[in-house]
Amino acid sequence: MDTAPTTDFITMLFVFMLATFIGLGIITRVSRLLHTPLMSLTNAISAIAVVGSILVTGRDHPPFITLLGVIALFASMTNIISGFLITDRMLKMFKKEPTK
Amino acid sequence: MRLQAIQIAYLIATALFIFSLHWMNDPKSARRGVLAGVAAMAVAIVGTLLSPGLVHWHWIAIGVVLGTAVGVPLSWVPLTAVPQRTALSHAFGGLAAGLVGAAEYYLWVGSEPEMLTPFRVFAIVAEIILGFLTFTGSLMAAGKLQEVKWIPQRPVTYPFQNQSNFLLLGVAVLCGIGVILKPVEWSFLFPVVIALALAFGVLLIIPIGGADMPTVIALLNSYAGLSAVAMGFVLDNKLLITAGALDGSSGLILSIIMCKAMNRSFTNVLFGAFGQVQAKAVAGEQKLVKQETPEGAAQIMEQANLVVIVPGYGMAVAQAQHRVRELYDQLSKRGVDVRFAIHPVAGRMPGHMNVLLAETEIPYDKLVEMDDINPDLPQADVVLVIGANDVVNPAARHEKTSPIYGMPIIDADKAKMCFAIKRSMNPGFAGIDNELYTADHTYMLFGDAKGVVGELVKNLAGGSGMH
Repeated sequence: MDTAPTTDFITMLFVFMLATFIGLGIITRVSRLLHTPLMSLTNAISAIAVVGSILVTGRDHPPFITLLGVIALFASMTNIISGFLITDRMLKMFKKEPTK
Repeated sequence: MRLQAIQIAYLIATALFIFSLHWMNDPKSARRGVLAGVAAMAVAIVGTLLSPGLVHWHWIAIGVVLGTAVGVPLSWVPLTAVPQRTALSHAFGGLAAGLVGAAEYYLWVGSEPEMLTPFRVFAIVAEIILGFLTFTGSLMAAGKLQEVKWIPQRPVTYPFQNQSNFLLLGVAVLCGIGVILKPVEWSFLFPVVIALALAFGVLLIIPIGGADMPTVIALLNSYAGLSAVAMGFVLDNKLLITAGALDGSSGLILSIIMCKAMNRSFTNVLFGAFGQVQAKAVAGEQKLVKQETPEGAAQIMEQANLVVIVPGYGMAVAQAQHRVRELYDQLSKRGVDVRFAIHPVAGRMPGHMNVLLAETEIPYDKLVEMDDINPDLPQADVVLVIGANDVVNPAARHEKTSPIYGMPIIDADKAKMCFAIKRSMNPGFAGIDNELYTADHTYMLFGDAKGVVGELVKNLAGGSGMH
């Protein structure tokens, strides 16, 4: 790949391990009330696959590869848009008792 | 210079994603979390668009426009359909990962076979197996939740099911190893791996019943994240690895919470075929069930100090949440303390009940977790069970032969009085007799949840008119 400086795979495994620990630490503190919105938010976040989809779609490749890329890009984009919108829609509903 | 700018954009995006999830720890800051997530995604996409070598701008535009056109209406689904939507978006996530993995593989086999190092091919194989099994598995789960006609709702089981599934996965892994060993010569094995992963996804989900859906959805969430991680390894992209790992660990934690709430292990959920075990448990003598009218129940609830409402999937099916809100209003107006007891696996996905009740603007501090409300239940004058079943079955405490034995439950039976709304005395989805319904201080309110709660509200409202 010509996009990024080549990292050796040990470094990538380090990144993976540390990110997983950070994830476990943060997620255990998420309010149980919000587990459904949490799931739709992480849906949108894991649609970061959009990065790979754009690279596959946009580069000068045979048409078959471009087609696979467009489908992947469509799927990721759907998740990004619907994931963030529905998460916000749900979170808007969580209200405290109005102080009278 | 440009390459460094892209990497810095990815670094910023990673930090924002971490903040995004961090702010989900409190409903007050949660919407800020969404904002951070949107910003992170925008930075990541802009950074990627700066990459050298992009030429097919029109194809990128087509993908983005189509995705937006489908994504916007998908975010408008009614909240009762949120479990299906979530499963569907796991399917899309898996599909994207699988397709990108396949595209990279064929690209490199065709033009740059020196790129196919064992580590990279290993990552590609992991990516396509996880991606495609998540794709079909999540589609099946979404179909079951949506109650699509040609997908069986009840668990489908057959002899040697687990053995044949494992065999299938084993063959897929062996073929994958073949591709890793000889990525160019044995490229014919690659589509075989894809086909087996697609089939495995279907077979993994068909034996799973509705009550296990929360765990399975959380698990599929984790797989979708891990397939993004694998894509990161393939493309040498740390942003994909970190964001995927955040998603993967989130799915993992949610599925662990769900399993604990049912006192079951992962293996048991995935390979236990819950429905079958339960069918055997339906037996025993007919016990007497006492019935109450909505009128009588309303009178008793009116006099109570503390009323605890236990909602379950039945409330979602009957779309009764708005009537429940009216009931909450009527009782609160009379000075009754009304609280909701939320079991972690109530509904079809983690947190399902909270979202439905929040939709009706019931204040979220009235939604109490099982562990926090159980000590208060002996003081509760009335418990009202709306469409919940297994999560209030006292058999889980002492009946060793019951399939739900050991599962933590909401102590509805310890309250002074219990009303349970149920359509009929059929043993319901799980097929287990519920001892709560035959307990001395339990009275049944037969009917559709929406109708019965509506009657309760009407009686309470009518009563206040007479004063």
